[in-house]
Amino acid sequence: MTCSEFIAQLDDLLENRVSATLRAELDEHLRTCEHCVITMNTTRKTIEIYRSHELYELPNDLRDRLQKAILAKCKKC
Amino acid sequence: MPNIQTQGTEEVHPDVLLVNRARAGDVQAFEKLVKQYDRQVFRIAQHITQNREDAEDVVQDAFLKAYEKLDQFQGNSKFYTWLVRIAVNESLMRLRKRRTGRMVSIDEDVETDEGSMPRDLADWGPDPEMQYGQSELADILRKTIQGLPPGFRTVFVLRDVEGLSTEETAETLGLSVPAVKSRLLRARLQLRERLSRYFRKNKRDGVK
Repeated sequence: MTCSEFIAQLDDLLENRVSATLRAELDEHLRTCEHCVITMNTTRKTIEIYRSHELYELPNDLRDRLQKAILAKCKKC
Repeated sequence: MPNIQTQGTEEVHPDVLLVNRARAGDVQAFEKLVKQYDRQVFRIAQHITQNREDAEDVVQDAFLKAYEKLDQFQGNSKFYTWLVRIAVNESLMRLRKRRTGRMVSIDEDVETDEGSMPRDLADWGPDPEMQYGQSELADILRKTIQGLPPGFRTVFVLRDVEGLSTEETAETLGLSVPAVKSRLLRARLQLRERLSRYFRKNKRDGVK
């Protein structure tokens, strides 16, 4: 398996959506390719970091104001 | 999200019950839907537009459009993905307005080869984000995702930040499943590569 072939399966691998046979081939590639090990681990970490950090929080006062504006307009519909 | 068991084995999503009540004129039922999803819509809109005022407008306009179009909601998709589709379209429209003369669509800049094969071999430590304070880290994450083309950014946000499935993301964006997969892979790899500048092992003490 080449690195390109490995990368093409990376998303499915990260989501555990690969068959046992393919999984064995991917693991075999990882045993000999440090590049792909690093790519896999750091890509997984990238997703985790974005998932676990709230970058655009909606402040409560703005939230109240938006909710009121939306519902006032809905009532006029 | 919990499903409510109704007669027999048929399950009706609680949102569908709220939509039905809102359709019958119950604004309070719609208020519940607003309160349930306004944070997510704001986050998605802010990620796509990269502009706070636009994101606020998108929240209002997306919910109003949803309310006006409730009759068109078929119930064969989730209310949330239907709402997100409206919000994404509103967001792209506003991004387009701000960047007059430049076409902005979900297809923009996706033909680039950047990020298709990783180049940066640097490994990260086990908790790379611990090198930074919370607000510094948030700045890094915002700046990094802002650099992605809108088409990649949107797919990454829906799929990885908001947790929609690949199929839901495809439906929401009007893309095929393979197109979503291809964009997601490239978005993830580009983000990874860009974050490596900050997270590579031993960056702070200069040892490779």
